[in-house]
Amino acid sequence: MHWLAVVLALGIACCGGVSTASAQATLKGIQGRGHLICGVSQGLPGFSAPNDKGEWTGLDVDFCRALAAAIFNDTAKVTFVPLSAKDRFTALQSGDIDVLARNSTWTLSRDTALGLDFPAITFYDGQGFMVRKSLKVSSALELSGASICTQTGTTTELNAADYFHAHNMTYEMVAFATNDEAIKTYDTGENGRCDAFTTDIAGLYAERLKLANPADHVVLPEVISKEPLGPAVRHGDDQWTDIVRWTHFAMVSAEELGVSSATVDAMLKSPNPEVRRLLGTEGNAGEQLGLTKDWVVRIVKQVGNYGEVFERNVGKDSRLGVARGQNALWTKGGLQYAPPIR
Amino acid sequence: MRKGRFVRRELSPALPPPVAASGPLRWLRTRLFAGPVSTVLTLASLLVLWLIVPPLVTFLVIDAVWSGEGREACLAETAGRPVGACWPFIAAKLGQLIYGFYPAGERWRVDLVFATAFALLVPLLVPPAPFKRLNAALFFVAFPLAAYVLLVGGWFGLAVVETRAWGGLLVTLVVAVTGIVASLPLGILLALGRRSDLPAVRWLSVAFIEFWRGVPLITVLFFATYMLPLFLPGSWSIDNLLRALIGVAVFAAAYMAEVVRGGLQGVPQAQYEGATALGLRPWQTMALVVLPQALKLVIPGIVNTFIGLFKDTTLVMIVAIFDLLGQLRAAFADPSWASPSTLYTGFAFTGLIYFAFCFGMSRYAHFIERRLKAGR
Repeated sequence: MHWLAVVLALGIACCGGVSTASAQATLKGIQGRGHLICGVSQGLPGFSAPNDKGEWTGLDVDFCRALAAAIFNDTAKVTFVPLSAKDRFTALQSGDIDVLARNSTWTLSRDTALGLDFPAITFYDGQGFMVRKSLKVSSALELSGASICTQTGTTTELNAADYFHAHNMTYEMVAFATNDEAIKTYDTGENGRCDAFTTDIAGLYAERLKLANPADHVVLPEVISKEPLGPAVRHGDDQWTDIVRWTHFAMVSAEELGVSSATVDAMLKSPNPEVRRLLGTEGNAGEQLGLTKDWVVRIVKQVGNYGEVFERNVGKDSRLGVARGQNALWTKGGLQYAPPIR
Repeated sequence: MRKGRFVRRELSPALPPPVAASGPLRWLRTRLFAGPVSTVLTLASLLVLWLIVPPLVTFLVIDAVWSGEGREACLAETAGRPVGACWPFIAAKLGQLIYGFYPAGERWRVDLVFATAFALLVPLLVPPAPFKRLNAALFFVAFPLAAYVLLVGGWFGLAVVETRAWGGLLVTLVVAVTGIVASLPLGILLALGRRSDLPAVRWLSVAFIEFWRGVPLITVLFFATYMLPLFLPGSWSIDNLLRALIGVAVFAAAYMAEVVRGGLQGVPQAQYEGATALGLRPWQTMALVVLPQALKLVIPGIVNTFIGLFKDTTLVMIVAIFDLLGQLRAAFADPSWASPSTLYTGFAFTGLIYFAFCFGMSRYAHFIERRLKAGR
């Protein structure tokens, strides 16, 4: 009783900090508070997960660190709030968090009815298939007659049905209550119930790590649905939306122009006008956003360009080993494209 | 003739009972194989044990991996044998499972709180230990204040640790202990209020109890965390964990009230009349005669509520607070440790922790029940 009463009184008295949403207030609120509050997932391999030291790591986490670097020149000035799929948008709407970097798919209804904005796409995900190498299948189009395992109650069943119907192929869908059950049945291969396992590409690579012999399995190149994942912000504060959008574009541009955490210092002397505008040695792009001239230098030096972040967290330098695929730069056949900074 | 007479002066020593009526054999015969039904049940139980225990021991101990860095250590191809539990995963994540994201340099504060709680609680629970009143005062008044100062910080040069950084077993215990300690007195008050002759008190108590029992805990937590800030003025804010604590305590108190009311109804009317005849005032009757008997009657129900509450604490996960299980789920997402046995190892470990706490509470309640019965 006493404990509760005291805690109640002190809690109301001391712990302020939630700012309400209003136009142009987000950046000021963050700067006044001294740190960014970023909503992440409660644990998704490669996107946001605590490492052995208890630090958050992942693609979504690094995006928030990039924002903190741009605003404060300090990647440590960000507080991560792990959110479940159910409470993520409510947390953003109620002003509990400044930005939601939680592998959320950009859809029209979320953009409009929920009152959110999706300023950028940081990861092009989509549904794919994983099969045993021993099946000697190299394309999803060869899966006719296969039994396919997945988690029930998601759109994956629907997407697979559409895909197989569109290509005039037969298949048998085996749906499980949880992903863990599905992947276990696929792994043990009991009674040949699962020839293939399907979920989103990033999830396939993550689930592959749970298999007894991950090297015996391959993710097929076909992507049969669109799941553009990106950060979300509240409607109504365009300055903050711009900062979030251009932070991603700056990281993509940096990769495109060959500016990485290793080369950024040398690049400051580059005569290339595009590099000079990006790094703020020419023009005042950063100041137009309400940041400083060297905002991109801060981001790239402390977090890296888009390619570095991708490879470190989900790509070839990580245990997941996701292929760049649609997330390659537009110059290399991918979809990552940044409008010019000028 | 008289010469051969023999009169035995002491009793002959008793012969041992027949083998079949004593010792382990008798125990076996009467307890395990007393009849056909008993024999079948015994054999069935043995079969179940035989099916469960050896694989469990094989997984948890014999095939287990005990050391290594990263998921590779827990793969069958690296180990060159079938792999059971992946204990290095637990070792690597143990700090997070206990303290959450509490800063490593400040964890001694949590340790100190745990140690103080243990040192105060054990003498409180052991009947022969002296100074019960002082001990109770320390545990219920001084300790919460000290724990609050230590865990939150901000005084005496202690760095402030936001409750967002709390997690793991720390949060599970904070939520459970607050819920348990707050729900019993609140529940007793509500139960008395519900039996009161004053209509205002009675109807308020009924409304409170029925409202909180009628709403799922998840709804309470979700509402407190995300809807409440929308209604409060912008400058108002209540700490996230505190909101969950209040929600859990209020929720548990409503259940506790009904348990206690059951006990109050079990005390015969004659006890009230006897107390009145002795000249006790109403509150003395309640505190000295009725409540002690009522609470003794419902110890199983109270412990039921406590254990239920302890396990319900894990629902705080849905409002972005990482309890033990939430922290474990986050640890599963670390690609460095993803392996076929990671999931099972993690759940086995946390399962053991939950079991230890709940079984401990249950056994202690059993002990108290027998002790109170013996005193009757």
